[in-house]
Amino acid sequence: MNKSPSKKPIKINELDSITIRFAGDSGDGIQLVGHQFANATAIAGNELSTLPDYPSEVRAPAGSIGGVSGFQLSFGDESVLTPGTKPNVLIAMNPAALVVNIKNIDKGSIIIANSDAFTPAALEKAGYSSNPLEDGTLSNYRVLAIPVNTLTESTLKDSGLTKAQILKCKNFYVLGIMYWMYDLPIEPTINWIKTKFKKTPELAKANHQVLAAGYAYSEATEMFDARFQIKKSPVVPGKYRNLTGNEAAAYALITAAKLLKRKLFYGSYPITPATEILQTLAKHKANDVVIYQAEDEIAAICSSIGAAFAGCLASTGTSGPGLSLKVEATGLGVISELPLVIVNVQRGGPSTGLPTKTEQSDLLQAVYGRHGESPLVVLAATSPADCFTATLEGARIAVKYMTPVIVLTNAYLSNGSEPFRIPKLRELPKFEIPPLPEPERFKPYGRDPETLARPWAYAGLKGYEHRIGGLEKTDGSGTVSHDPENHEIMSKLRAEKVARVAAEIPPTKVYGAAEGELLVIGWGSTFGAITQAVNEARKTGLQVSSAHVRYMNPLPPDLGTVMRRFRKILVPEENFGQFRMMLRAAYALEPIGLNKMQGQALNADEVLAKIKEILRGN
Amino acid sequence: MENIKLTAKDFASTLPVKWCPGCGDFAILNQLQKAMAGMGLPHEKYVVVSGIGCSSRFPYYVNTYGFHSIHGRACAVASGVKLSNPELAVWVVTGDGDGLSIGGNHMLHAIRRNIGLKIVLFNNRIYAMTKGQASPTTLLGAKTKSTPMGTIDFPFNPARFAVGLDCTFVARGIDTDMAGNAAILERAAKHKGTAFVEVLQKCVPFTDKEFDTLKDPEKKEDLVIRVEHGKPLVFGKNKNKGITFVNFRAEIIEFKPGSVPAEVAVYDETSAEMAYLVSGFQAPEFPIPVGVFRAGEKPSYEELYYDQVAAIGDTKDNELETLLSGPDAWEIK
Repeated sequence: MNKSPSKKPIKINELDSITIRFAGDSGDGIQLVGHQFANATAIAGNELSTLPDYPSEVRAPAGSIGGVSGFQLSFGDESVLTPGTKPNVLIAMNPAALVVNIKNIDKGSIIIANSDAFTPAALEKAGYSSNPLEDGTLSNYRVLAIPVNTLTESTLKDSGLTKAQILKCKNFYVLGIMYWMYDLPIEPTINWIKTKFKKTPELAKANHQVLAAGYAYSEATEMFDARFQIKKSPVVPGKYRNLTGNEAAAYALITAAKLLKRKLFYGSYPITPATEILQTLAKHKANDVVIYQAEDEIAAICSSIGAAFAGCLASTGTSGPGLSLKVEATGLGVISELPLVIVNVQRGGPSTGLPTKTEQSDLLQAVYGRHGESPLVVLAATSPADCFTATLEGARIAVKYMTPVIVLTNAYLSNGSEPFRIPKLRELPKFEIPPLPEPERFKPYGRDPETLARPWAYAGLKGYEHRIGGLEKTDGSGTVSHDPENHEIMSKLRAEKVARVAAEIPPTKVYGAAEGELLVIGWGSTFGAITQAVNEARKTGLQVSSAHVRYMNPLPPDLGTVMRRFRKILVPEENFGQFRMMLRAAYALEPIGLNKMQGQALNADEVLAKIKEILRGN
Repeated sequence: MENIKLTAKDFASTLPVKWCPGCGDFAILNQLQKAMAGMGLPHEKYVVVSGIGCSSRFPYYVNTYGFHSIHGRACAVASGVKLSNPELAVWVVTGDGDGLSIGGNHMLHAIRRNIGLKIVLFNNRIYAMTKGQASPTTLLGAKTKSTPMGTIDFPFNPARFAVGLDCTFVARGIDTDMAGNAAILERAAKHKGTAFVEVLQKCVPFTDKEFDTLKDPEKKEDLVIRVEHGKPLVFGKNKNKGITFVNFRAEIIEFKPGSVPAEVAVYDETSAEMAYLVSGFQAPEFPIPVGVFRAGEKPSYEELYYDQVAAIGDTKDNELETLLSGPDAWEIK
């Protein structure tokens, strides 16, 4: 497609995967071109992984270092598991974007810079005393300085648009260049432009023209001596779409409610980086989705608990500080034994911390952070698309066991995206709810002997009128009880009910040998980095295996046995050792930690270096 | 709707009621059970939601669905119930501490949304369950266990708080006024949107004398004014005093019984301004007003919500796969 004869034969390099970083001012449309590029790579049949990285300010001062917005993605064959450590290609739309990112790219990498943006004023804002595109400081990189503003303006000189409108199109020029460079289809973006600018056909036309001009420029100019083709991955056939982790969690909640044949209720308060769940669900009101933007985090969870009492599949979503605000009501969910899904998108903390950056530091809060003996189920998602599977599983457990479930994702997963294969109905898990006896035999706290779940008799059902609440209940009848023995019995029942979930946890998969020198064990969002690092280590002959945990509470019943088959255990985490602490407490083992607290995901290189240090330091 | 005839007794639960002897809660429980019976709805359509405090024990004593939630959060829990299933009649029972201190935010947002909750706030001007600390309605200077030298917090006037938030139904009653209070609760039950009813109620152990003068047969007619839509604002044992407004300020005028002068204001419950002025009356300058201060029409939150859903029309993606695919899925063969 779009192949026309070129001036000279073009060398096509085939690569396994490539990492690209778009960077520019937060007003430059970086996230938009990043998403479009990601979609194009997916449609071309690549595996991919993306990482948007944007400032927490809505619009930081133009040209400032604080205002640099980035979008990184890796694409290629099945070896792509993370958005990549160091970009092979950096697109710098201004000097600030260059200065922020240059330290993270290897010499020899490609830098595509919008030379028109390297004005004396912009250079000064970025802290440059001279122009790096001209003074030789980038001589170790392959720099492509392209006057994107000028080229965009000349493309649109007859469009009748104002200069400001014209310059807003410049990101599409760069996108056109990138499509040509990586032999990607341009049509999906053209279609997207047509839909997006349906009401302003003049802008649709302009953006289309600029995109095509960028593509043609690359084809015509002799600036590029190489064009890249990326190896495609042998993906499972099916229907795909690109989803961020937040979108995946939202669609999982809708799916769960459909499988359960109940309304979905999602009570939420806006908080970065979880808000997109609310926004995604808000588009689906016609599909029995009840969304409720509450006045605060507390009301968000309390309204959801009310909705569960009224028979909905109830859910709420938040991030660290919001989870803290929900703690008291989560306790109410535990004692009232109502199903509730809490999606917690972890970010850098404590307090406001690093609201747009990633971390894994709410694990202990999720598992233990409540008053009283207050056990609940905690799951963790491993990738953006896995946020669907993990959230769906959370909902299934919540209704089967009548318990709150916390699903842990984080900013890395929630904002990142990857292709999601749309499941067939028959591939989805079955949803079971505890049996509801006839009204005469109904006891609010009667229990299913297998799961210990109480029946879900919701408000409005004739013959099941009953009262529940935060006070301790008598086992069976559910009447208020201050009896000492009863409290212990009920505390044990609640704990045992959650513990019984363990019986459903599939055996722990060990990648590599089932025993040996070193097991790298991770949880949640570090899956890609760990797997990639272990694969690379094994290629170099190192004896290392890995395992990844989804069920954080209860833990997989075989985990202790799996770990004891290795001499050493390494636990990489984006916190100061929270999972390591849980493992020590549960199994009296002494794992080694690899801990990162920078608001950035652990990458494969860091895990690999630690593996080497442990194994070669023997 | 099936035609159901129920009495107050049908709404009594079998649990022993655990309030102090003489507590005003007993009377309110009775009045509310009566109001429920009058609605013609079956038991299972009622949900009584409460927070924490003496009044919040209420759900246990009503034979309906009930949720004794956590401190201050009754309105939030109840909003989730109501929005999930607007067919349910959802009552919130709360107190001055529960509803206006720890739960103030949820209260004011429930009122802002005009969500169909029937909120009954028992105002005994004290934290009773924790045994006697000043509450947000404790009068200035009152000595309590947490304010041995007297409170320095200016108190809330709950009814006026609700009027100030443009609540579409605001009323105040006195616990022992069986007929008056029952009438208020019946109107609240039928109101569309948020109904806010403040009930002045004594607490035997801590504020036993709080509202005694308002109940004293000798004095009450001079200390209490009953507001009624379309009726002049007249009070006094001999019906010889009335309220007039001069430049938006209330004044009391006296007249010969039976001949109410034209300047005595006629109460208009549809007027937010009048409700604001009258609900603000304080002793000793003015009589304490009771009755329905405000009754207005505004679409309820749940009505607007489901109207929006209806307006989207039947775009329901019945096939889960279609829904999940969205507009931009691609096929890999």
